[in-house]
Amino acid sequence: MTPRIEAVAIDSLMVRLFDAIDEGNMPWILAASQRLREAFGQQLIDLVPSYTTLMVQFDLAPGEARQRIQHALEGLRPDAGQAGRRHEIPVWYHASVGPELPVLAARGGMSEAEVIRLHCGRDYPVFALGFAPGFGFMGLVDERLATPRLSTPRKRVAAGSVGIAERQTAAYPAVSPGGWNLIGRTPVRLFDREREGYSLLQPGDRVRFVAVERAEFINLGGDDSPLEAQA
Amino acid sequence: MSQLRVEASTALCLLQDAGRFGVRHLGVTQGGALDWVAMRWANWLLGNALDSAVVEIALGGFSVVAEQDCVLALAGADLDAQVNGQAVAPWTRFNLGKGQRLTLRQPRQGVRAYLAVPGGFVGEPVLGSCSTVVREELGGLDGQGRALVKGEVLHAAGAVVGQVRSHVPEALRPVYAEKPVLDLVMGAQIGDFGGTSLFEAFNRDWTLDSRADRMGIRLLGPQLVYQGAPMISEGIPLGAVQVPPDGQPIVLLNDRQTIGGYPRLGALTPLALAQLAQCMPGSAVRFRAVVQDEAWREQQLYLLRWR
Repeated sequence: MTPRIEAVAIDSLMVRLFDAIDEGNMPWILAASQRLREAFGQQLIDLVPSYTTLMVQFDLAPGEARQRIQHALEGLRPDAGQAGRRHEIPVWYHASVGPELPVLAARGGMSEAEVIRLHCGRDYPVFALGFAPGFGFMGLVDERLATPRLSTPRKRVAAGSVGIAERQTAAYPAVSPGGWNLIGRTPVRLFDREREGYSLLQPGDRVRFVAVERAEFINLGGDDSPLEAQA
Repeated sequence: MSQLRVEASTALCLLQDAGRFGVRHLGVTQGGALDWVAMRWANWLLGNALDSAVVEIALGGFSVVAEQDCVLALAGADLDAQVNGQAVAPWTRFNLGKGQRLTLRQPRQGVRAYLAVPGGFVGEPVLGSCSTVVREELGGLDGQGRALVKGEVLHAAGAVVGQVRSHVPEALRPVYAEKPVLDLVMGAQIGDFGGTSLFEAFNRDWTLDSRADRMGIRLLGPQLVYQGAPMISEGIPLGAVQVPPDGQPIVLLNDRQTIGGYPRLGALTPLALAQLAQCMPGSAVRFRAVVQDEAWREQQLYLLRWR
């Protein structure tokens, strides 16, 4: 493992560990993230892990920062699983809050129940957070669920909406525009400024979606307003 | 303690400081004053910590009335500022007596003015900053990410840490050139732009599109052609100049998304971003390629102005 280190801005370097998206990347990214945080300490301004890279922003001369990165990542080993938490996220899968649930079923020539079974059938690593605070890009979903983004994004997607884009899945932490195929909704608050760490999901965490009925969704604080009515 | 009541405001009048840091991995944007140089001078005039919260006023349409006698400072764009009809020069400290009205009407030079009060404006810090990010509902007076509106009362924190000055010396003020040359730190994908793209990127004028906000500014000019492999989303630094498939670059600013997958020429330097923040839609800029180390050294030298 010899990472490439590239200049990206006056005070930022990109550490490139991989060339392709793979679930197996995440233990390496997590390990690198920990080492870089330790190596830079107070001189770290921000560290942005993503699918194959870590962007390091520092308060330090760039040459010195580059050396520090090289040194920190010598002999890098993948994280053995202590870092990163596993979350079970309840989802009410229903066409009224997830209008593409029937669409995905029809597309794949299967029942809605089968779509739900497949979506809940595996743990997804959180590759990166982005798009909005607490929005975790996860994957990869079963190939039979892979669906391109909507050709015209919705102007307004309800908070908690769970969606699929190609082979990735995510939940919208807040109301926002969005182009993912929606199949259900979670009552869980994904981003909370009062919470330690703010975001439920952190890069490298693993997520298992768990199907719940409408009654439980409501009990857990979910808002079952149909998507159109939330405008 | 100074208090100002907002008499007129727009969606572009926002409480800002240096922005949010240490939270980019959570998808939280940076925010902060687009022209950080002017923000610093406004605070410097009052002896404030240089990153104290200020009001960023883009294009004018802003007016406040003093509820007590106040000392204020303005830096950045000349937005035709007046106190009860008397012109106030930018880059100065001035008094606003109880009941007097400060108005910033319209741009005469530049785009964004920064208004400071002693100790900085009081906001509700969220994730370590008062910077207003409307899209993320973070920052501002009450922490909910709203622009300033008529009727709100702005409070000064009052705690001053340094010396008070009457004006920013002429020689130290930024020059708002008609066609600024913006330093761009070259990025790793720069070699993957084909044909004449690189020559054109650095030798032709780029016109600021009207499609511009605090997330980014689109530039219009020759079509740049990226010939590299498709990219996987990765962290986006401040000032990144990304090139979507239409070949027209977008400079990503303080409220940008945290990760993205378009190829980049590189990233503008902080000084270039401060200049760009004062450019009107329709005006032209040029890029100059610089290497990271050289840009860093120049930035360190510039920061000595506030030592």
